[in-house]
Amino acid sequence: MQGARDSLPLIVGILPFGLIYGALASAAGLSLGQAVGMSLLVYAGSAQFIAISLLNSGSGTAVILFTTLIVNLRHVLYSAALQPYVGSLAQRWRLLLAFGLTDETFAVVQRRYLSRGMARQAQWYHAGVALALYLAWVGSSLVGVLFGQRVPNLAGWGLDFAMLATFIGIVVPALRNQPQIAAALVAGAVALLAQALPYQLGLLAAALAGIAVGVALERRAGRLAVSC
Amino acid sequence: MEIWWLIFGMALLTFVIRYSLFAWPALRFAPVVRQGLQYVPTAVLSAIVVPGMLMPDGGPLALSLDNAYLLAGLATIVIAALSRHLLATIGGGLLVFFLLRGVLGQLPI
Repeated sequence: MQGARDSLPLIVGILPFGLIYGALASAAGLSLGQAVGMSLLVYAGSAQFIAISLLNSGSGTAVILFTTLIVNLRHVLYSAALQPYVGSLAQRWRLLLAFGLTDETFAVVQRRYLSRGMARQAQWYHAGVALALYLAWVGSSLVGVLFGQRVPNLAGWGLDFAMLATFIGIVVPALRNQPQIAAALVAGAVALLAQALPYQLGLLAAALAGIAVGVALERRAGRLAVSC
Repeated sequence: MEIWWLIFGMALLTFVIRYSLFAWPALRFAPVVRQGLQYVPTAVLSAIVVPGMLMPDGGPLALSLDNAYLLAGLATIVIAALSRHLLATIGGGLLVFFLLRGVLGQLPI
């Protein structure tokens, strides 16, 4: 219960995102079952948004799956960060908590684990957060599809800007040091230059370039600090 | 049917990525991999945002004052830097975006 309450601010953030996802999915021609089914089974907002926009531009299944892989790679970071806490739980707990490991869930439970560790049945807290956010996502997707089916010409509104605004809201506060800023600039520039590459390979090239520059700068800064 | 295969594929991939380190509690990454992971969100999301602002139609470059994605995107970056608050950034950014589209006559009404 405590977990569900702590997720309230993030639920407020998820609802419009889910509404817009549902509306865009229905504008892209997905049926109610397919659009909500994607939220139920995949449960990854940004990957779902990108899948919809790729479907709109006529990309094939393989390309969309490949893009899902790249976009969701950041979850390995979350999985690694929570591993010390979750690793000792029974397998069914780990399966369940892994399914619900989104950006938002991570943000809430990470704070709690850092302050209190595994004390007082933390896995129930974690599960409460995950369940509340899951229901918010699936429910708002459903409402979004119903809304989208009633509003004609929804695709012409440019609702996809909501995705850009969300990503900007995640990235900008993370630009705390030079390597992070350089990673963002390089990834953005390479993405522009490589836009014409087929199969979303430009996205992969841009991500790899950004990561490489970030790591290289961090290592150089580390060496300078040691030699001074 | 094609769409359902896509959904199952995305679901499987997403789950495997999230479960990766919960599956093997003893697994540790090499330091360079752990360092690299710190830059994954920044690099991937920037690689989506920058073309989304500068090439909203999928290219070529739209460096013009009637590109609402570019202008509102820049405004959103400023809002994010000042507020450091995700909801305020999304809300403020969308507001600027739709105001611009309205002024530019780009809304389907």
